[in-house]
Amino acid sequence: MIFKLFLIFFKIGSFSIGGGYAIMPLIQEQVVNQQHWITEKTFTDIITISQMTPGPLVVNSSTFVGMQISGPIGAIVATFGSIIGGIIISIVLYNFFAKYKSSQYVFQVLNSLKASSLGLIMSAGFTMLLLAFFNNSDFRAISSIENIDVIAVLIAVISLFIIRKFKISPIIMMIITGFVGLLVYA
Amino acid sequence: MKKNLKLYLWLLYVNLFISSFTFGGGYVVVPMIKKYFVEDKNLISEDELMEMAAIAQSSPGSIAVNLSILAGKKVAGVPGIIITLISCIIPPVIILGLISKWYVAFSNNIYINAALKGMQACVIALIIDLVIDMYKSIIKENSRLLKILAPLSFVASAFFNINVILVLVSSCLVSFFTLFFKMKKGVKVNDF
Repeated sequence: MIFKLFLIFFKIGSFSIGGGYAIMPLIQEQVVNQQHWITEKTFTDIITISQMTPGPLVVNSSTFVGMQISGPIGAIVATFGSIIGGIIISIVLYNFFAKYKSSQYVFQVLNSLKASSLGLIMSAGFTMLLLAFFNNSDFRAISSIENIDVIAVLIAVISLFIIRKFKISPIIMMIITGFVGLLVYA
Repeated sequence: MKKNLKLYLWLLYVNLFISSFTFGGGYVVVPMIKKYFVEDKNLISEDELMEMAAIAQSSPGSIAVNLSILAGKKVAGVPGIIITLISCIIPPVIILGLISKWYVAFSNNIYINAALKGMQACVIALIIDLVIDMYKSIIKENSRLLKILAPLSFVASAFFNINVILVLVSSCLVSFFTLFFKMKKGVKVNDF
Protein backbone atom coordinates (compact mmCIF):
# COMPACT_ATOMS: atom_id res chain seq x y z
CA MET A 1 0.00 0.00 0.00
CA ILE A 2 2.71 2.45 1.03
CA PHE A 3 4.70 1.57 -2.07
CA LYS A 4 1.68 2.05 -4.29
CA LEU A 5 1.04 5.42 -2.66
CA PHE A 6 4.58 6.46 -3.42
CA LEU A 7 4.39 5.23 -7.00
CA ILE A 8 1.14 7.02 -7.76
CA PHE A 9 2.30 10.32 -6.32
CA PHE A 10 5.63 9.93 -8.06
CA LYS A 11 3.75 9.57 -11.33
CA ILE A 12 1.59 12.61 -10.55
CA GLY A 13 4.56 14.77 -9.59
CA SER A 14 6.71 13.75 -12.52
CA PHE A 15 4.17 14.44 -15.23
CA SER A 16 2.94 17.86 -14.31
CA ILE A 17 4.67 21.00 -15.46
CA GLY A 18 3.30 24.32 -14.28
CA GLY A 19 2.85 23.93 -10.55
CA GLY A 20 -0.12 23.50 -8.27
CA TYR A 21 -3.11 24.09 -10.48
CA ALA A 22 -1.71 21.85 -13.20
CA ILE A 23 -1.33 19.02 -10.72
CA MET A 24 -4.78 19.05 -9.12
CA PRO A 25 -6.58 17.40 -12.09
CA LEU A 26 -3.93 14.66 -12.14
CA ILE A 27 -4.42 13.98 -8.44
CA GLN A 28 -8.16 13.89 -8.97
CA GLU A 29 -7.85 11.42 -11.84
CA GLN A 30 -5.54 9.05 -9.96
CA VAL A 31 -6.73 9.29 -6.39
CA VAL A 32 -10.48 9.82 -6.86
CA ASN A 33 -11.38 8.22 -10.18
CA GLN A 34 -8.91 5.35 -10.42
CA GLN A 35 -7.95 4.32 -6.90
CA HIS A 36 -11.14 5.48 -5.16
CA TRP A 37 -9.03 6.38 -2.15
CA ILE A 38 -11.05 9.48 -1.43
CA THR A 39 -14.41 10.84 -2.57
CA GLU A 40 -15.04 13.77 -4.90
CA LYS A 41 -16.33 15.77 -1.94
CA THR A 42 -13.17 15.19 0.10
CA PHE A 43 -11.10 16.15 -2.92
CA THR A 44 -12.89 19.51 -3.17
CA ASP A 45 -12.22 19.99 0.54
CA ILE A 46 -8.55 19.19 -0.03
CA ILE A 47 -8.25 21.98 -2.57
CA THR A 48 -9.83 24.43 -0.13
CA ILE A 49 -7.64 23.27 2.75
CA SER A 50 -4.49 23.30 0.63
CA GLN A 51 -5.16 26.88 -0.32
CA MET A 52 -5.81 27.86 3.27
CA THR A 53 -2.70 26.28 4.71
CA PRO A 54 0.89 27.24 4.05
CA GLY A 55 3.03 25.20 1.71
CA PRO A 56 2.71 24.61 -2.00
CA LEU A 57 -0.55 23.13 -3.25
CA VAL A 58 1.15 19.95 -4.46
CA VAL A 59 2.85 19.26 -1.14
CA ASN A 60 -0.28 20.01 0.85
CA SER A 61 -2.62 17.91 -1.22
CA SER A 62 -0.32 14.90 -1.29
CA THR A 63 0.25 15.21 2.45
CA PHE A 64 -3.49 15.35 3.01
CA VAL A 65 -4.27 12.35 0.81
CA GLY A 66 -1.41 10.32 2.32
CA MET A 67 -2.61 11.21 5.80
CA GLN A 68 -6.16 10.11 5.03
CA ILE A 69 -4.99 6.81 3.60
CA SER A 70 -2.28 5.66 5.96
CA GLY A 71 -1.46 8.24 8.60
CA PRO A 72 1.77 10.19 9.07
CA ILE A 73 3.91 7.64 7.21
CA GLY A 74 1.52 7.87 4.28
CA ALA A 75 1.73 11.65 4.40
CA ILE A 76 5.53 11.63 4.25
CA VAL A 77 5.68 8.97 1.54
CA ALA A 78 3.09 10.67 -0.69
CA THR A 79 4.72 14.07 -0.32
CA PHE A 80 8.18 12.74 -0.99
CA GLY A 81 6.87 10.85 -4.01
CA SER A 82 5.19 13.91 -5.48
CA ILE A 83 8.24 16.16 -5.28
CA ILE A 84 11.21 13.88 -5.93
CA GLY A 85 10.78 13.63 -9.73
CA GLY A 86 10.65 17.40 -10.17
CA ILE A 87 13.64 17.88 -7.91
CA ILE A 88 15.80 15.45 -9.87
CA ILE A 89 14.79 16.97 -13.20
CA SER A 90 15.43 20.54 -12.05
CA ILE A 91 18.86 19.60 -10.70
CA VAL A 92 19.76 17.85 -13.97
CA LEU A 93 18.48 20.82 -16.02
CA TYR A 94 20.34 23.28 -13.82
CA ASN A 95 23.60 21.36 -14.16
CA PHE A 96 23.10 21.16 -17.90
CA PHE A 97 22.60 24.90 -18.26
CA ALA A 98 25.51 25.65 -15.93
CA LYS A 99 27.81 23.39 -17.96
CA TYR A 100 26.92 24.64 -21.43
CA LYS A 101 26.29 28.28 -20.63
CA SER A 102 29.24 29.30 -22.78
CA SER A 103 27.36 28.02 -25.81
CA GLN A 104 25.43 30.91 -27.29
CA TYR A 105 22.46 28.74 -28.09
CA VAL A 106 22.15 27.32 -24.60
CA PHE A 107 22.60 30.81 -23.14
CA GLN A 108 19.93 32.19 -25.44
CA VAL A 109 17.48 29.41 -24.62
CA LEU A 110 18.03 29.95 -20.90
CA ASN A 111 17.45 33.68 -21.32
CA SER A 112 14.20 33.09 -23.14
CA LEU A 113 13.14 30.59 -20.47
CA LYS A 114 13.80 33.29 -17.88
CA ALA A 115 11.70 35.82 -19.75
CA SER A 116 8.75 33.57 -20.37
CA SER A 117 8.89 32.10 -16.88
CA LEU A 118 8.51 35.66 -15.61
CA GLY A 119 5.46 35.95 -17.86
CA LEU A 120 4.06 32.80 -16.24
CA ILE A 121 4.70 34.20 -12.77
CA MET A 122 2.79 37.32 -13.87
CA SER A 123 -0.04 35.11 -15.05
CA ALA A 124 -0.22 33.22 -11.74
CA GLY A 125 -0.17 36.57 -9.93
CA PHE A 126 -2.98 37.82 -12.16
CA THR A 127 -5.15 34.81 -11.30
CA MET A 128 -4.51 35.42 -7.60
CA LEU A 129 -5.30 39.12 -8.04
CA LEU A 130 -8.67 38.33 -9.62
CA LEU A 131 -9.42 35.89 -6.84
CA ALA A 132 -8.58 38.39 -4.11
CA PHE A 133 -10.14 41.47 -5.69
CA PHE A 134 -13.22 39.94 -7.37
CA ASN A 135 -13.58 36.59 -5.63
CA ASN A 136 -13.37 34.96 -9.03
CA SER A 137 -10.32 33.63 -10.82
CA ASP A 138 -11.85 33.77 -14.31
CA PHE A 139 -11.62 37.21 -15.91
CA ARG A 140 -14.44 36.36 -18.33
CA ALA A 141 -16.86 35.92 -15.45
CA ILE A 142 -16.17 39.36 -14.05
CA SER A 143 -18.90 41.54 -15.44
CA SER A 144 -18.75 44.67 -13.40
CA ILE A 145 -16.12 46.64 -11.58
CA GLU A 146 -18.65 47.22 -8.79
CA ASN A 147 -18.01 43.77 -7.39
CA ILE A 148 -14.47 44.72 -6.54
CA ASP A 149 -13.32 44.17 -2.95
CA VAL A 150 -12.06 47.66 -2.11
CA ILE A 151 -10.47 46.53 1.16
CA ALA A 152 -8.41 43.86 -0.60
CA VAL A 153 -7.24 46.39 -3.17
CA LEU A 154 -6.27 48.78 -0.38
CA ILE A 155 -4.34 46.09 1.52
CA ALA A 156 -2.49 45.09 -1.66
CA VAL A 157 -1.62 48.66 -2.65
CA ILE A 158 -0.46 49.67 0.83
CA SER A 159 1.52 46.42 1.20
CA LEU A 160 3.21 47.00 -2.16
CA PHE A 161 4.13 50.52 -1.09
CA ILE A 162 5.58 49.32 2.22
CA ILE A 163 7.47 46.43 0.60
CA ARG A 164 9.08 48.64 -2.04
CA LYS A 165 9.77 51.57 0.23
CA PHE A 166 10.96 49.82 3.38
CA LYS A 167 12.14 46.43 2.04
CA ILE A 168 10.26 44.73 4.86
CA SER A 169 10.48 40.93 5.25
CA PRO A 170 7.72 39.11 3.33
CA ILE A 171 6.92 36.92 6.34
CA ILE A 172 6.40 39.91 8.65
CA MET A 173 4.25 41.49 5.95
CA MET A 174 2.15 38.31 5.73
CA ILE A 175 1.62 38.26 9.49
CA ILE A 176 0.60 41.94 9.53
CA THR A 177 -1.85 41.56 6.66
CA GLY A 178 -3.26 38.42 8.32
CA PHE A 179 -4.09 40.53 11.36
CA VAL A 180 -5.50 43.30 9.19
CA GLY A 181 -7.70 40.69 7.50
CA LEU A 182 -8.90 39.50 10.90
CA LEU A 183 -9.82 43.05 11.89
CA VAL A 184 -11.64 44.04 8.73
CA TYR A 185 -13.23 40.81 7.50
CA ALA A 186 -14.11 38.86 10.64
CA MET B 1 33.34 23.16 9.25
CA LYS B 2 32.01 25.58 11.82
CA LYS B 3 31.14 28.01 9.08
CA ASN B 4 29.36 25.26 7.19
CA LEU B 5 27.36 24.29 10.23
CA LYS B 6 26.19 27.87 10.60
CA LEU B 7 25.12 27.93 6.96
CA TYR B 8 23.29 24.61 7.30
CA LEU B 9 21.40 25.82 10.35
CA TRP B 10 20.46 29.03 8.58
CA LEU B 11 19.27 27.04 5.59
CA LEU B 12 17.16 24.79 7.81
CA TYR B 13 15.67 27.71 9.69
CA VAL B 14 14.96 29.89 6.66
CA ASN B 15 13.34 27.04 4.71
CA LEU B 16 11.18 26.05 7.67
CA PHE B 17 10.02 29.65 7.84
CA ILE B 18 9.42 30.01 4.13
CA SER B 19 7.54 26.73 3.98
CA SER B 20 5.38 27.77 6.94
CA PHE B 21 4.37 31.02 5.24
CA THR B 22 3.71 29.90 1.69
CA PHE B 23 0.12 31.07 1.86
CA GLY B 24 -1.52 31.68 -1.47
CA GLY B 25 0.22 29.15 -3.68
CA GLY B 26 3.79 28.15 -4.37
CA TYR B 27 4.68 31.29 -6.28
CA VAL B 28 5.14 33.26 -3.05
CA VAL B 29 8.34 31.31 -2.55
CA VAL B 30 10.03 33.25 -5.36
CA PRO B 31 9.84 36.65 -3.59
CA MET B 32 10.72 34.92 -0.31
CA ILE B 33 13.89 33.36 -1.75
CA LYS B 34 14.70 36.72 -3.29
CA LYS B 35 14.42 38.49 0.05
CA TYR B 36 16.41 36.01 2.15
CA PHE B 37 18.94 34.52 -0.28
CA VAL B 38 19.51 37.45 -2.63
CA GLU B 39 18.92 40.64 -0.66
CA ASP B 40 19.71 39.72 2.94
CA LYS B 41 22.54 37.23 2.53
CA ASN B 42 23.84 37.83 -0.99
CA LEU B 43 24.23 34.09 -1.40
CA ILE B 44 22.86 34.12 -4.94
CA SER B 45 22.48 36.91 -7.47
CA GLU B 46 19.21 38.19 -8.88
CA ASP B 47 20.19 36.81 -12.27
CA GLU B 48 20.82 33.36 -10.80
CA LEU B 49 17.46 33.50 -9.05
CA MET B 50 15.79 34.15 -12.38
CA GLU B 51 17.60 31.19 -13.91
CA MET B 52 16.54 28.98 -11.03
CA ALA B 53 12.95 30.17 -11.23
CA ALA B 54 12.92 29.46 -14.97
CA ILE B 55 14.30 25.96 -14.46
CA ALA B 56 11.99 25.24 -11.51
CA GLN B 57 9.08 26.22 -13.70
CA SER B 58 10.21 24.14 -16.65
CA SER B 59 10.48 21.05 -14.44
CA PRO B 60 7.51 19.00 -13.32
CA GLY B 61 6.18 19.06 -9.77
CA SER B 62 6.02 21.91 -7.33
CA ILE B 63 7.73 25.11 -8.46
CA ALA B 64 8.23 26.19 -4.87
CA VAL B 65 10.00 22.97 -3.88
CA ASN B 66 12.08 22.83 -7.07
CA LEU B 67 13.21 26.42 -6.58
CA SER B 68 14.02 25.96 -2.89
CA ILE B 69 16.07 22.86 -3.67
CA LEU B 70 18.04 24.65 -6.40
CA ALA B 71 18.75 27.52 -4.01
CA GLY B 72 19.82 25.03 -1.33
CA LYS B 73 22.09 23.23 -3.79
CA LYS B 74 23.65 26.47 -5.00
CA VAL B 75 24.39 27.61 -1.46
CA ALA B 76 25.49 24.36 0.20
CA GLY B 77 25.74 21.54 -2.34
CA VAL B 78 24.32 18.11 -1.58
CA PRO B 79 23.86 18.78 2.17
CA GLY B 80 21.94 21.89 1.07
CA ILE B 81 19.63 19.74 -1.05
CA ILE B 82 18.93 17.36 1.83
CA ILE B 83 18.39 20.11 4.41
CA THR B 84 16.05 22.01 2.08
CA LEU B 85 14.10 18.88 1.22
CA ILE B 86 13.51 18.04 4.87
CA SER B 87 12.65 21.57 5.93
CA CYS B 88 10.24 22.03 3.02
CA ILE B 89 8.24 18.99 4.04
CA ILE B 90 8.10 19.31 7.84
CA PRO B 91 5.66 22.26 8.15
CA PRO B 92 3.00 20.98 5.72
CA VAL B 93 3.15 17.44 7.09
CA ILE B 94 2.65 18.68 10.66
CA ILE B 95 0.03 21.29 9.80
CA LEU B 96 -2.00 19.11 7.47
CA GLY B 97 -1.59 16.11 9.73
CA LEU B 98 -3.37 18.07 12.43
CA ILE B 99 -5.89 19.69 10.15
CA SER B 100 -6.94 16.60 8.26
CA LYS B 101 -8.74 15.42 11.39
CA TRP B 102 -10.82 18.54 11.79
CA TYR B 103 -10.84 19.97 8.31
CA VAL B 104 -14.53 20.74 8.09
CA ALA B 105 -14.44 22.91 11.22
CA PHE B 106 -11.24 24.48 9.95
CA SER B 107 -12.50 25.44 6.51
CA ASN B 108 -15.66 26.99 7.97
CA ASN B 109 -13.88 29.09 10.55
CA ILE B 110 -14.59 32.77 9.85
CA TYR B 111 -11.46 34.01 11.61
CA ILE B 112 -9.15 31.81 9.58
CA ASN B 113 -10.91 32.88 6.41
CA ALA B 114 -10.61 36.56 7.32
CA ALA B 115 -6.88 36.31 8.05
CA LEU B 116 -6.38 34.42 4.79
CA LYS B 117 -8.18 37.10 2.80
CA GLY B 118 -5.79 39.68 4.23
CA MET B 119 -2.77 37.55 3.36
CA GLN B 120 -4.08 36.87 -0.12
CA ALA B 121 -3.93 40.60 -0.84
CA CYS B 122 -0.38 40.68 0.52
CA VAL B 123 0.71 37.85 -1.79
CA ILE B 124 -0.37 39.96 -4.75
CA ALA B 125 1.78 42.84 -3.52
CA LEU B 126 4.76 40.48 -3.08
CA ILE B 127 4.41 39.12 -6.59
CA ILE B 128 3.98 42.55 -8.19
CA ASP B 129 7.10 43.70 -6.34
CA LEU B 130 9.02 40.68 -7.65
CA VAL B 131 7.75 41.14 -11.22
CA ILE B 132 8.86 44.80 -11.25
CA ASP B 133 12.40 43.89 -10.15
CA MET B 134 12.72 40.93 -12.48
CA TYR B 135 11.41 42.79 -15.48
CA LYS B 136 13.91 45.55 -14.78
CA SER B 137 16.71 43.01 -14.97
CA ILE B 138 15.35 41.67 -18.27
CA ILE B 139 15.36 45.20 -19.69
CA LYS B 140 19.04 45.41 -18.80
CA GLU B 141 19.79 42.54 -21.19
CA ASN B 142 19.00 44.95 -23.99
CA SER B 143 17.32 42.44 -26.24
CA ARG B 144 14.05 43.31 -27.94
CA LEU B 145 13.04 39.66 -28.13
CA LEU B 146 13.47 39.05 -24.40
CA LYS B 147 11.60 42.25 -23.57
CA ILE B 148 8.50 41.11 -25.43
CA LEU B 149 8.69 37.43 -24.40
CA ALA B 150 7.62 38.12 -20.81
CA PRO B 151 4.43 40.10 -21.62
CA LEU B 152 3.67 37.74 -24.49
CA SER B 153 3.90 34.67 -22.25
CA PHE B 154 1.74 36.47 -19.72
CA VAL B 155 -1.00 37.14 -22.26
CA ALA B 156 -0.79 33.61 -23.69
CA SER B 157 -1.16 32.04 -20.27
CA ALA B 158 -3.52 34.47 -18.54
CA PHE B 159 -5.93 35.29 -21.36
CA PHE B 160 -5.67 32.39 -23.78
CA ASN B 161 -5.07 29.63 -21.24
CA ILE B 162 -2.26 28.22 -23.35
CA ASN B 163 -0.51 25.31 -21.68
CA VAL B 164 2.61 26.19 -19.68
CA ILE B 165 4.77 23.64 -21.50
CA LEU B 166 3.71 25.04 -24.86
CA VAL B 167 4.54 28.59 -23.75
CA LEU B 168 8.00 27.59 -22.52
CA VAL B 169 8.85 25.41 -25.52
CA SER B 170 7.70 27.96 -28.10
CA SER B 171 9.65 30.79 -26.53
CA CYS B 172 12.77 28.59 -26.55
CA LEU B 173 12.21 27.73 -30.21
CA VAL B 174 11.61 31.34 -31.20
CA SER B 175 14.79 32.55 -29.55
CA PHE B 176 16.77 29.58 -30.84
CA PHE B 177 15.82 30.27 -34.45
CA THR B 178 16.20 34.03 -34.09
CA LEU B 179 19.77 33.43 -32.98
CA PHE B 180 20.30 30.81 -35.68
CA PHE B 181 19.30 33.15 -38.52
CA LYS B 182 21.18 36.12 -37.08
CA MET B 183 24.34 34.00 -36.83
CA LYS B 184 23.82 32.77 -40.38
CA LYS B 185 23.57 36.34 -41.61
CA GLY B 186 26.73 37.09 -39.71
CA VAL B 187 25.13 39.64 -37.43
CA LYS B 188 26.95 40.10 -34.16
CA VAL B 189 24.95 38.43 -31.42
CA ASN B 190 25.21 41.48 -29.21
CA ASP B 191 22.94 43.40 -31.57
CA PHE B 192 20.22 40.80 -31.26
